[in-house]
Amino acid sequence: MLKTITKTLVGAVFAGGLLVPHAFAETTLNALFMAQAAYSEADVRAMTDAFTKANPDVKVNLEFVPYEGLHDKTVLAQGSGGGYDVVLFDVIWPAEYATNKVLVDVSSKITDDMKKGVLPGAWTTVQYDGKYYGMPWILDTKYLFYNKDILEKAGIKAPPKTWEELGAQAKIIQDKGLLKTPIAWSWSQAEAAICDYTTLVSAYGGDFLKDGKPDFQNGGGLSALKYMVDSYKSGLTNPNSKEFLEEDVRKVFENGDAAFALNWTYMYNMANDPKDSKVAGKVGVVPAPGVTGISEVSAVNGSMGLGVTAVSKHPDEAWKYIEYMTSQATQNQYAKLSLPIWASSYDDPAVTKGQEQLIAAAKLGLAAMYPRPTTPKYQELSTALQQAIQESLLGQSSPEDALNTAAKNSGL
Amino acid sequence: MERRSPAFTIFIYGCALLLAAIILAPIAWLFIMSISPAADLAAKPLRWWPQAADFSRYQTLLSTAENSAGAAFTSSLRNSLEISGMATLAALALAIPAGWAVSRTPAIGWSLSMVIATYMLPPVALAVPLYMGLSHLGLLNNVFGLALVYLTILAPFTTWLMKSGFDSIPREIEAAAMIDGAGLFQTLRIITLPLAAPVMATSALFAVLLAWDEFFYALLFTSDQRAKTLTVAIADLAGGRVSDYGLIATAGVLAALPPVLIGLVMQRALISGLTSGGVKG
Amino acid sequence: MSSTWMTTRAWLLMLPLLVVMVAVIGWPLVDTVGLSFTDAKLVGTGGNYVGFDNYTNMLSSSNFSRTLVTTTLFAVISVAAEMVIGVLAALLLNQQFHGRAILRALMILPWALPTVVNATLWRLIYNPEYGALNAALTQLNLIDAYRSWLGEPGTALTALIVADCWKNFPLVALIALAALQAVPRDITAASLVDGAGPFNRFRFVILPYLAGPLMVALVLRTIEAFKVFDIIWVMTRGGPANSTRTLSILVYQEAFSFQRAGSGASLALIVTLLVTVLAVAYAALVRKTAGSAA
Repeated sequence: MLKTITKTLVGAVFAGGLLVPHAFAETTLNALFMAQAAYSEADVRAMTDAFTKANPDVKVNLEFVPYEGLHDKTVLAQGSGGGYDVVLFDVIWPAEYATNKVLVDVSSKITDDMKKGVLPGAWTTVQYDGKYYGMPWILDTKYLFYNKDILEKAGIKAPPKTWEELGAQAKIIQDKGLLKTPIAWSWSQAEAAICDYTTLVSAYGGDFLKDGKPDFQNGGGLSALKYMVDSYKSGLTNPNSKEFLEEDVRKVFENGDAAFALNWTYMYNMANDPKDSKVAGKVGVVPAPGVTGISEVSAVNGSMGLGVTAVSKHPDEAWKYIEYMTSQATQNQYAKLSLPIWASSYDDPAVTKGQEQLIAAAKLGLAAMYPRPTTPKYQELSTALQQAIQESLLGQSSPEDALNTAAKNSGL
Repeated sequence: MERRSPAFTIFIYGCALLLAAIILAPIAWLFIMSISPAADLAAKPLRWWPQAADFSRYQTLLSTAENSAGAAFTSSLRNSLEISGMATLAALALAIPAGWAVSRTPAIGWSLSMVIATYMLPPVALAVPLYMGLSHLGLLNNVFGLALVYLTILAPFTTWLMKSGFDSIPREIEAAAMIDGAGLFQTLRIITLPLAAPVMATSALFAVLLAWDEFFYALLFTSDQRAKTLTVAIADLAGGRVSDYGLIATAGVLAALPPVLIGLVMQRALISGLTSGGVKG
Repeated sequence: MSSTWMTTRAWLLMLPLLVVMVAVIGWPLVDTVGLSFTDAKLVGTGGNYVGFDNYTNMLSSSNFSRTLVTTTLFAVISVAAEMVIGVLAALLLNQQFHGRAILRALMILPWALPTVVNATLWRLIYNPEYGALNAALTQLNLIDAYRSWLGEPGTALTALIVADCWKNFPLVALIALAALQAVPRDITAASLVDGAGPFNRFRFVILPYLAGPLMVALVLRTIEAFKVFDIIWVMTRGGPANSTRTLSILVYQEAFSFQRAGSGASLALIVTLLVTVLAVAYAALVRKTAGSAA
């Protein structure tokens, strides 16, 4: 009995050992990506395959984690000698990563061609204190998606231009019995909720910080949260939004269970794919609306960049890989789920073909992108804000009180 | 045996059916999800039975094509096997001498109690220094590093079980062999260990189950395919881009299969192991 | 053979185990104590000595007290439910009926399911839009609209407890069943002759046999429930509005997400202390139960 078991165990260990793929490449890079919005895992793998074909001496191991794990994984891998060489990072992290020396300064590697060719808004993703900590890769903001079919049935001619109008149109859809709860958001206790909130803060002209101190509890920041709470309480918003992430929003929208949804670029072509989506061909997209007298459109800067970690033993190869992934050719080829960072791509028929409406929305939305605050203590600020948003939605506290508490707990 | 009234018999069968339903329904649903087409799982009202069984997800996850989602899953499967295998072997290697020593020399029993008391420590209390220590030794994101940490979770349990096992082997047998001139290690090898083989098997299986289940340390100390275990891979899958709930369910079925099989086959041994700890308190 | 040599030999055989435990658990524990008095970050420098600041900050923060309450609720309710349901299931399995052996074999399934798989499974079941629970309850006309089980503070913790309980009550049942089968037949028969009712029979005849094993299960489960991390991490990550955030999740957030290793360490030690107090209290109780049962 024991012998067999021991044998099996030993066998398992050895069999495992034999399965390890033998790498003949001279350099192995480890790269960390997310399995969430923007480029799909399949896209990233295909891009990487093309890179390794062109550079046979380099092998790239890809690791995909949920967005929620991206920050912690990056930080935790700093302690491991053979950690990641290339990491995907969100626009909110360069301050922390630069302060804690997670990423290397690559300012000297940014060429003039890059500086000229890439949209100015994209550069804010990778900059902190005047230095560059990587290349922007995903240029993204949240758009307002709508189901053309449902709007037509409700007799609505054009998608909303203001947030107020969004509520009014949702009410019509609800009154006509087309959908019980027409609007879907990602308000789970996660960064996703902050992105929706930031979109509204930009619409209401609010400020996160003033002179380094929290200011979201006043003015536009407060109005933004109040709008969320009103929309939730009015029953126009799908109440399950408070446990949705972007993927849940997409699923609900693709199933035809939402007339309006706030989500990233990637949803446009995914929801238009008849293989997985029931609303293919009925997907409309416009920039997130504005607020009368304050803004025309609203947008959150949800861009992300690729950087070389400070622990990388192959920074040159890592940079080469990043250059390839962010090159205009690569980005144009995979422009369905994430739009290029390069200005001239937006007038390239190869990129715009079949997604003219998305490009039109992007031109307005990307220009209006509003940043989440830049601070090394962003994680704490965000955690405090997430709690404030959820407490207000659940009626545990008023938006005023919740935001004041968040300001106190933000660590700033 | 008391005679049961028909009403009581019906009551018993009713309860038994209820219990069976409670136990089986979630597990059956996990399996059904894994073979249902994605559209069925997003249907309203929900379709409880797939129109056509679809096993393609198993193929997807078990494919080993380089640089694919399947390769990521199979590598985590391999890591889980390696880590729980190594940790279990090492835990037995520590537990056999230690368990025997405590069984035959109760005076040192308090040291085993101390070892077992470490079970109370929440992993979060050790995580930061362990993280720094493993980092220093270059053992982060490494199967050996994780196996070493798991060893300290498994060893107290295996030692305790081995001690209980040795307790039930009479000392007199060992003494008789020694009188015949056998040395200590010879005696242990020829007499005691064969008698303790069933306990060793139970301990090993317990250890494998414990290691297979671990999540927290694996989450912190691994970062990619080189060491990431199955539990972390499943949590990543469930938290990430999940257009298809069936795929998550498939990963769950595959991860549950080994421990469930061990549980079913070794049921009697596992329960006696559990209760031997329990009854002696 | 001298007894000194016996003892020395025993220590020698014990040594490898002790070395590993001290190296991988003892030393980090001591190190955590040291860290807890500093403002060390996770990566980088060792930090400065800050005295008891971390402890006083933590103990006075509303986050801590709220999390402590949540953790206690989770532990007490889930363990109590597991005990009651487990014993009831064991009493049932101790009856004779067709299919008993199969049912008993099935009991091992939830327990053998890895915790993370269990959590994932229940998260899918609770899914507010496409989950099986909403579908089943609606089709049975028990609720008229789909609900957000993990999105409402009122139901999220309960939903977690149900998931945890489903996985763990079979263990209690199996332990209790083994103990029940050790109850001598003639004792139950004698109590029948004495005309004891079913409840009294359970209370005075059967329970004493169960008390010992159940106490041990109770201690183990309570300690585990107090340390809970996996199931919550996978199902809610502490949300909604932090209503399911337990102590272990809070420590993770502090030490790893915010990278404040020092204050994370102080919080971890507070948790350790609480678990230790709990365990010692239980141990005393176990001894008392064992005494009265004998």
